[in-house]
Amino acid sequence: MSQKPPEIPVLELSGIAKQFGGTHALRGVNLRLFSGEVHALMGQNGAGKSTLIKVLTGVHPADAGEFRLSGQAIHAETPIAAQNLGISTVYQEVNLCANLSVAENIYAGRYPRHGAAKLWSIDWSRMQADARDLLKRLNLDIDVGQPLDRYSVAVQQMVAIARGLSISAKVLILDEPTSSLDDDEVERLFAVLRQLRDDGLAILFVTHFLDQVYALCDRITVLRNGELVGEYPAAQLGHSALISAMVGREMDATAGAVARPPNSVGAQANALLQLDGIARRGHVKPLQLSIHAGEVVGLGGLLGSGRTELARLIFGLDRSDSGSVHLRGEKVQIDSPAKAIRLGIGLCPEDRKADGIIAELSVRENIALALQARQGLWPALSKARQTELAAHYVKTLGIKTASVETPIGQLSGGNQQKAVLARWLATTPCLLILDEPTRGVDIAAKQEIMNEILALADQGMAVLFISSEMEEVVRVSNRIVVLRDRAKVGELPAGSDDHAVYALIAGTA
Amino acid sequence: MRRIRNHPLLWPVLTLLLILVVNATLNPGFWKLQWRDGHLYGSVIDILNRAAPLMLVSLGMTLVIATRGIDISVGAVVAISASVAALMIGGTLVIHDGVPSYVSRYPMPLAIGCALLVAVVCGLWNGLLVAKIGLQPIIATLILMVAGRGIAQLVTGGQIVTVYYAPYFYMGNGYLWGLPFALFIALAVYVLLYCAVSHTALGLFIQAIGINPSAARLAGVKQRLISVCVYAFCGLTAGIAGLIISSNVKSADGNNAGNLMELDAILAVTLGGTLLTGGRFSLAGSLIGALIIQALTSTIYSIGVPPEINLVVKASVVFVVMLMQSAEFRRTLHTWVFVRRSPL
Repeated sequence: MSQKPPEIPVLELSGIAKQFGGTHALRGVNLRLFSGEVHALMGQNGAGKSTLIKVLTGVHPADAGEFRLSGQAIHAETPIAAQNLGISTVYQEVNLCANLSVAENIYAGRYPRHGAAKLWSIDWSRMQADARDLLKRLNLDIDVGQPLDRYSVAVQQMVAIARGLSISAKVLILDEPTSSLDDDEVERLFAVLRQLRDDGLAILFVTHFLDQVYALCDRITVLRNGELVGEYPAAQLGHSALISAMVGREMDATAGAVARPPNSVGAQANALLQLDGIARRGHVKPLQLSIHAGEVVGLGGLLGSGRTELARLIFGLDRSDSGSVHLRGEKVQIDSPAKAIRLGIGLCPEDRKADGIIAELSVRENIALALQARQGLWPALSKARQTELAAHYVKTLGIKTASVETPIGQLSGGNQQKAVLARWLATTPCLLILDEPTRGVDIAAKQEIMNEILALADQGMAVLFISSEMEEVVRVSNRIVVLRDRAKVGELPAGSDDHAVYALIAGTA
Repeated sequence: MRRIRNHPLLWPVLTLLLILVVNATLNPGFWKLQWRDGHLYGSVIDILNRAAPLMLVSLGMTLVIATRGIDISVGAVVAISASVAALMIGGTLVIHDGVPSYVSRYPMPLAIGCALLVAVVCGLWNGLLVAKIGLQPIIATLILMVAGRGIAQLVTGGQIVTVYYAPYFYMGNGYLWGLPFALFIALAVYVLLYCAVSHTALGLFIQAIGINPSAARLAGVKQRLISVCVYAFCGLTAGIAGLIISSNVKSADGNNAGNLMELDAILAVTLGGTLLTGGRFSLAGSLIGALIIQALTSTIYSIGVPPEINLVVKASVVFVVMLMQSAEFRRTLHTWVFVRRSPL
């Protein structure tokens, strides 16, 4: 759908530079957005995508560089100023107020008022009517009076976009809008975005999903290590060329795509972990599951199928109402994470920010935390030992950080994820549960994480792997357990393709 | 130089020095130390002595705040502890064969033990309400803040209980090696606590809980247990402070002992550079914060501010100090002074 760009870009950034402390987050970056295009901003974790967006939207002022809106030089020094100039952003984490209604969220801060001077009380009925009309443009017909948290993440995403549009945006920035959507929802979102594009909006789209880039985008700007690699028409930049541009070296997109063989040793030996009829009302229906040492068991299923809930049950975050758990043949009662960790189980949580990182603590402290918690208050790991441990994982997992003393919150998402993984590896668990370990992680880091997991499985660690990306589940698992509507609907051997998994999920197998 | 400029204790120490300098200017005898009655005597010693109870309470409060909590019942716990100790000691002067001796109602160690035990139970109550039942810390401790004064008055029967037992007075009035004994108690608790947070993993766990309780729990930190212990410890420090205060004034007043001390303690912790949002904390900072408050109070009395406006003066000084400690405000000030003046 590549159209000939008009002469003047609706938004043009040139020579943007931004420094945090001693780190150059951005150096000499240019970006051109034309109206009526979807433009992909690509790059690995830490390439500077998020920083560029924050500069663009006035969250961080740029140290150097020029902004032009339809040819006019502008200054967007605050988010409000950027909004008033017609630049709207939908962030990775939907930042709306879950307890307010859909309509209130869309018009927050700009409620329509009664009276000629717009000084009287809030005109609720007009606000609701406007919100309904706006959402209709996005093919969404919902009750706008309901609190936002009644709706799925996908709908919330649409509401965030509607909010952006209601400010009569010229430029819409979408930061990883699809990372928590399922395929259908992605398709619906794309239909809306295409329509908005055809209406003349300029859309900047940030994602890690390469297929989505090609399905939607007209042009691509690639960043690497805070610098501009280039601006390409999507049609002229092939898959592998794009990846090479992002990582700076030749790379085979399908590397490591060899399915793992069934774990022959594990299948015969006694199960490491055996769940019998374990259940929790409203979360997981009674199910059987066994995991053997050295085995990677994939959990397939859609969002809300009970994957995360099952992980929480095993890890003792929630208590089960019924059923029994055997670890190495012994009956165990796991009623707290501390207990689970003592038994050698680790859980990399789905929501890295809320449940994973401890943002203001250093990378060193974050990595040492679970091991220290297992040992209790005494003896404390010496600082030297912690540093050694952290340095080891920084090296083996390729965590990009200025030093092990850097607060983990300053790292990019993928590197935070690696550090959380390191926290668990440091406890040398016998079973590691990974809930979406590669979400929001770039392709190179993703592969490094997966390779590390597989290497550990080869050394005898059992892994329960949860991911929304079915190809990934299929690729790494010795066995795939499929969940639907909070119940187990079947198991598939290694080598099954993702269609078989989807067939089971759909109930047509 | 840069290390000094970025040191978290820089501003608290500067503030304290500033207040001391102001004191010295207004009162030329401020730094004068005399050796009298076998101990040091002077304004500075007086400040140290009076600051000891607040230092203790601030230490306990620091840990509570570091876990994202707050304990506004410490003043009430001070009163309860003081009342229990005073009541159990009571005491009379008995002259036996011409030799005067003091007799307490119960043995002093038992009385002190009971007072501290009651204080710890108060702290446990707070901790359980917060960590197990899940009440908001300010609400949970508000219960004891209100009820605690009632309990203290119940213990004392609504009267001021006077103590007639000389050995008990040592804690709040005695001197060791020429310095107030109460100061040694505060420093001993500080040293113990410092060792506990730096030589065990307690410091790491408390910070982790304060910054992200859910992630800390997931990493295996026994978040609830540690929270309960921290509140219990805060109760204990308030209990010790109660003993020192009642020993100092040789009586216990259930209605007024430790009145508004919770606010001074929170202020001391904040002045010391610990954020009320939890996480990183500074024990030494809180000690300095307590000294700042006591030094300020002494200044206000010594320069003869009329009593009816002394709270206003105190509040104004605290306001300025807080502004100066805010990095945000310093930046703004810097911009005003250096940027606005330059021609645009």
